[in-house]
Amino acid sequence: MKRALRRVLPQIVTLAILMALTSVFFPQFLAVDYQGGRLSGPVVDVLKRGAPVALLAVGMTLVIATRGIDLSVGTVMAITGAAGAWAIASGWGVGPALLLALATGLVCGLWNGCLVAIIGIQPIVATLILMTSGRGIAQLITEGRILTFNDPAFSWLGSGSLAAVPVPIFIWVLTAIAFAALMRRTALGLLVEAIGINRSASALAGINAKVLLIAVYMASGLCAALAGIIATADIRGADANNAGLWLELDAILAVVIGGNSLLGGRFSIAASVLGAMIIQTIDTGILLSGFPSEYNLVIKAGLVLTVLVVQSPNMARHWFLLRRRAQRLREPAPVEGSAPR
Amino acid sequence: MLLSIRSLSKAFPGTKALDAVDFDLEAGEVHALLGENGAGKSTLIKCLTGAYRRDAGEIWLDGAQISPESTSQAQDLGIGTVYQEVNLLPNLTVAQNLTFGREPRRFGMIDGRAQTRMAEEMLRGYGLEIDVSRDLGFYSVAVQQVVAIARAVALSGKVLILDEPTASLDAAEVRMLFDVVRGLRDKGLGIVFVSHFLDQVFEICDRLTVLRNGRKITTERVAELNRLQLIEHMLGRELEDVTEHGAAKGSGDDQAQSRAEILHFEKIGRPGLVEPFDLSVREGEVIGLAGLLGSGRTESAELLFGVRSPATGSARDAEGAVAHGTPREAIRSGFGFAPEDRKTDGIIADLSVRENIILALQARRGWTRPIPRAEQNRLAQKYIDRLDIRTSDAEKAIGDLSGGNQQKVVLARWLAMNPRFLILDEPTRGIDVGAHAEILRLIRELTEAGMSVLVISSEFDELVAASDRIIVLRDRRHVRELTGSEVAADEIVRAIAGRPAEPATTMEATR
Amino acid sequence: MSVNPRLYPLLATIGIFIAAYIVCWLQFPYMLSTRVAGNLLTDNAYLGIVAVGMTLVILSGGIDLSVGSVIAFSGVFIAVVLRETGLHPLIVFAMLLSITTAFGAAMGGIIHGLAMPPFIVTLAGMFLARGASYMLTIDSVPISDPFYEALKDAYWLMPGKGRLTFIGILMLLSVAVGALIAHRTRFGASVFAIGGGEHTARLMGVRVGPVTVGIYAFSGFMAGLSGIVFSIYTGSGYPLATVGAELTAIAAVVIGGTLLTGGAGYMVGTLFGVLTMGLIQTYIVFDGSLSSWWAKIVIGVLLLLFILLQRGLLRVTALRA
Repeated sequence: MKRALRRVLPQIVTLAILMALTSVFFPQFLAVDYQGGRLSGPVVDVLKRGAPVALLAVGMTLVIATRGIDLSVGTVMAITGAAGAWAIASGWGVGPALLLALATGLVCGLWNGCLVAIIGIQPIVATLILMTSGRGIAQLITEGRILTFNDPAFSWLGSGSLAAVPVPIFIWVLTAIAFAALMRRTALGLLVEAIGINRSASALAGINAKVLLIAVYMASGLCAALAGIIATADIRGADANNAGLWLELDAILAVVIGGNSLLGGRFSIAASVLGAMIIQTIDTGILLSGFPSEYNLVIKAGLVLTVLVVQSPNMARHWFLLRRRAQRLREPAPVEGSAPR
Repeated sequence: MLLSIRSLSKAFPGTKALDAVDFDLEAGEVHALLGENGAGKSTLIKCLTGAYRRDAGEIWLDGAQISPESTSQAQDLGIGTVYQEVNLLPNLTVAQNLTFGREPRRFGMIDGRAQTRMAEEMLRGYGLEIDVSRDLGFYSVAVQQVVAIARAVALSGKVLILDEPTASLDAAEVRMLFDVVRGLRDKGLGIVFVSHFLDQVFEICDRLTVLRNGRKITTERVAELNRLQLIEHMLGRELEDVTEHGAAKGSGDDQAQSRAEILHFEKIGRPGLVEPFDLSVREGEVIGLAGLLGSGRTESAELLFGVRSPATGSARDAEGAVAHGTPREAIRSGFGFAPEDRKTDGIIADLSVRENIILALQARRGWTRPIPRAEQNRLAQKYIDRLDIRTSDAEKAIGDLSGGNQQKVVLARWLAMNPRFLILDEPTRGIDVGAHAEILRLIRELTEAGMSVLVISSEFDELVAASDRIIVLRDRRHVRELTGSEVAADEIVRAIAGRPAEPATTMEATR
Repeated sequence: MSVNPRLYPLLATIGIFIAAYIVCWLQFPYMLSTRVAGNLLTDNAYLGIVAVGMTLVILSGGIDLSVGSVIAFSGVFIAVVLRETGLHPLIVFAMLLSITTAFGAAMGGIIHGLAMPPFIVTLAGMFLARGASYMLTIDSVPISDPFYEALKDAYWLMPGKGRLTFIGILMLLSVAVGALIAHRTRFGASVFAIGGGEHTARLMGVRVGPVTVGIYAFSGFMAGLSGIVFSIYTGSGYPLATVGAELTAIAAVVIGGTLLTGGAGYMVGTLFGVLTMGLIQTYIVFDGSLSSWWAKIVIGVLLLLFILLQRGLLRVTALRA
């Protein structure tokens, strides 16, 4: 427990500093109101609006842990949202519509996973295909319109509240907990980390890397489907053009801010969703503090670079190399197998 | 003398890789550089090519002292190198590879036609009829080797170092390459030839130098030396001095013969890796696999464990066929495999000692049935104690441990599975002497408990001490099986040398 | 002489383009006119130019996600500077190109120096450039400069009344220059070498650091040039413009037959990749009943096709070796 806490400490500190900063410029930031049976206030807003990125970040964390990346999640949001909205509009009812949306997300993940694990295309290339063509598929479903619907039960998922708390918050928190539990209460987390760190040694130890890889991309598709449902329910309509647009980048950013290495291996879902909240706090905070929202992207860029420079082990090696170069030492460490020992 | 090296020394932390080594190369000779793993061959070559800087000693080329500081500087001085894995770019054309960095230009732009002409000119005399405008990767490794040689010769032109150039070639391709090498020798180049294939050394080389443990052992004319003498030099033993393994082994052998056979492999093989071989595994025995580097030892193990799937052959036990086409199948059939290259194939560097130990067990149980944490801790502690793994605690990342301790963790991973057939590829490589004995003792303990172990090792003494019987490999074939009183280092050496002690030589390589 | 296998992807690209054009022509004979051809070049000029830079980046095994934002930044920068100062557009162009080239070089430096994946570094660059353009303005700023009007209206009337515009010519020139750099200079050879394998490239004498900086600087320069062209084309600067242009450019490069993992491809293929994508749009416009989303799906299918084709080719060569 202590170890887990230490892992997410940098993210928590960052989040606290950001919240404190925002409070300086906008003192009511931490205020929470209770009105008409629901909580409201900037913090609640951050938690609610951060839901899609937090959900995507959960799946992205797993994909990145295997040394992959999933560029298609934003598009998958659009496809699943369109599928769900279409089902509602066609009178399927909430249950079947949700199932259809989730199944669509899983199929998208299966597609990506097969391209990566079976055909052996690198993840960034494989998921690029769905990223570019997926919005076309979504538009095919919505026939190019914003497919609106009027189903209180479905839109409750996006804008309703349960026990005074907005539903999307429940969805992302529960999803994150469910995935974290699935990873840590079973052996999945260990196996995923193992194939991310050393796929060949993992295969020799008997781990079925192919199936795991496919499963991880399907998990990412499922998370994207949940995010797509929330986005669709929130606006009571499926917008194939704009739903989830560029959110894959925010999701990757959240994972990186969460201190997970892009080179795979050890991962923390908690840290990733904290990363998503950091991003949302910046978004909302800048808005509330009265700064032009233009600053947002610049701050994000700065964050990415800082996180990479600070947390990347490459950096340590870099300084090491610089020092070595300064000493004009040219030899690499003796190569295993042929060098003296 | 074209090239002479005088008392060259090079040390790495903990080891003296080269200790006052002398080496002479004349123009117009092919000079073999031989030695087992860790003898210092590659360090010597790297000092020559500027990849390493020497600590002491002198290198003279054409009467002038040189100290190359980079590969390209060595190239400019006249020393070119061709490696086993062709260090050219398969995605560029042959012409681009040949002329890279010296492309003929006109008005600052590369002149394509002149480039083609230049490339064809460079290839003249090598007996290659190829289209230089095709990608290098389009051609076979042998052709790529020759292209690499042509580039090295054109760039350097005095000394050509061939570092295991034939390791991935077939017999016809080797012949083609040797024609090229002879041609260059006759033109007056000095050629250093590094190879594990002794037949090839005898075929092409004029002289040879043997290194062992960083020292020069001898330089001889090839014509004045026979195989056995050569192998004695390489392994560092006089046959007379070898202690016979003696009677104890003999009685153990009777016992071995009476043990029940638990696994039988038949005609396991794969073209280009190992010729088909049979292997019978009896309960509680240690089988040694001996051979020089490149003889197909590791490849045999990989075929048995399904790392590379066998093209031919089958395995069976008392109950019937045994699947071992992939590591997962092999593990399900009760096999275990601790690979030679720990860093890339063994350890999962960022995971903890505990996680590395339970990994294979967990993979077999499936992800839905995690090993309870208490049980994990117990297993980890058990093997840390039993194998004396030196780590501050079980949660330390395995990457931070020393080589010997990493090896023990990999061993522990398999012991936790309790396999019936455990394959250990160079289990004592790169670990300190104290740990050697521990690992040998451990192998004994395991077999006493009924496990069968296959051990691959370059340390013949160790192999003899550990094994009930030994299978000897040469040139990717299983050439001899030593049992009973034959289990002795001198017999291994004889078998490797191919001296016909018995008719097993029908399997003699015919290169 | 048999066809060199390294040409297969390029031939496939050109073949698909010609086949597509024939299909279009059979249905709409007017498609085969210099007017349509001229418009195809003009409408896709900015994309073609930025794709030339992207091709070089991808050939080296890298990726540059920042170009879409850099194009938008360029338009905004030009519009704002022209509005605020009385400088001649040519001087503003020079300022802009130095900025974007330096920006690209800086990203290349970080990628090499910190040994970080190009993907994440240029992602940061993407945010930075977009943010910078927002900081200049959040509105669409019209450009009203006589020189600009002249550039916009400059064209050569082809036979058949088709207009080969200045920016169309600029794109063709960019492709030609790009092709010379990629295929006819030692720098280009080094780019291919790095794409084929950085370690081996180093052994063959490539100075990886300077070359990497050069590659991303070139991409930055091309993105700046593309931004100029886009501002001429639209007559304004808008910070929200060309969102996602980097992906369109990557798709064009891949459909142009360049291996997305680097080391193989032709600059002229990229031109055909851009034109094929433009042709799909044109066809949809001509048809009238088809919706624009089909373009995305067709492009996705083409992407998949080329990635699989190259994977297959790799496997074939691997078998031979």
